[in-house]
Amino acid sequence: MAHDHDHHHHDHDHDHSELSETQLRVRALETILTEKGYVDPKALDAIVEMYETKIGPRNGAAVIAKAWTDPAFKKALLDDATKAVNTLGHVARVGDHLIAVENTPQRHNMVVCTLCSCYPWEVLGLPPVWYKAAPYRSRAVKDPRGVLADFGVTLPKDIEIRVWDSTAETRFLVLPMRPAGTDGWSEDKLAELVTRDSMIGTGLPKNPTELKS
Amino acid sequence: MDSAAALKAAHAVPGVPQDDDGPVFKEPWQAQAFAIALALHERGVFTWNEWAATLGDEIKRAQAAGDPDTGETYYMHWLATLERLVAEKGVASREMLTEYRDAWDHACDRTPHGKPIELTPADFAH
Repeated sequence: MAHDHDHHHHDHDHDHSELSETQLRVRALETILTEKGYVDPKALDAIVEMYETKIGPRNGAAVIAKAWTDPAFKKALLDDATKAVNTLGHVARVGDHLIAVENTPQRHNMVVCTLCSCYPWEVLGLPPVWYKAAPYRSRAVKDPRGVLADFGVTLPKDIEIRVWDSTAETRFLVLPMRPAGTDGWSEDKLAELVTRDSMIGTGLPKNPTELKS
Repeated sequence: MDSAAALKAAHAVPGVPQDDDGPVFKEPWQAQAFAIALALHERGVFTWNEWAATLGDEIKRAQAAGDPDTGETYYMHWLATLERLVAEKGVASREMLTEYRDAWDHACDRTPHGKPIELTPADFAH
């Protein structure tokens, strides 16, 4: 490592935000280069956004598809998502305190907060840029239906919308409802229906008719 | 700056983890570090040859110090290369990088969880 300076550690009471040593170094670089006019943060976001749908969401989709087809796995996932996800060999190890919340005909779940380390990128990929924006977070809490409408999702009035605010200790994954008309589908085929947004709760899985056969 | 530029960079620099569609990243900061290098290259701060030589040197140095060389640490070397090149090119000194890193650390500590972490001049006073 290029740096030798001492890392001073603070008492972490988990009330404040946390960034890893590496994240701090990247932020330092980005801030200096932005101030000096070498980089445009918007251009950086654009590059990051190009890749945000790669890797992670595929892992997450595999997890969701398995939960749709395997009741024992689904139960394990809802009991302890970290443990359940880590039993799947092909998925990157996820950090502690991942909680899966299940959508039902009565309740839709939506997750907010990606401001520090609370975003489960192992299963969701890189956080979408819009998700990091402060307006999204505050609006999602105050007006979840309005935010969902912006994403083109309109839910019946009698469905309760529950907004989960991640903390330093807990990160959330939404388990969407399995779309109708998918009886007998394989896990691989089901996984194609699972979008990143459906696992954050700002979208729904694709319809079987949206898949090219 | 577009996906073509990213692909070009991924071809010009040896070892960039990628699949058929271009570079792949395991954590968000890796994509940010990749994007910063791309932006600096576009500004003409370094050529890809220069970058690759420095990155190769950082990897050798890390391996001599016991880096496992499994590919897991590739972007750690990438970040070290960025820090070294911006210092060598007179864009930002080591001292400045450390100062900003510490300021972000301070900003982070005083920011309640769930609020955007923002850097203010006061964060530099510590």
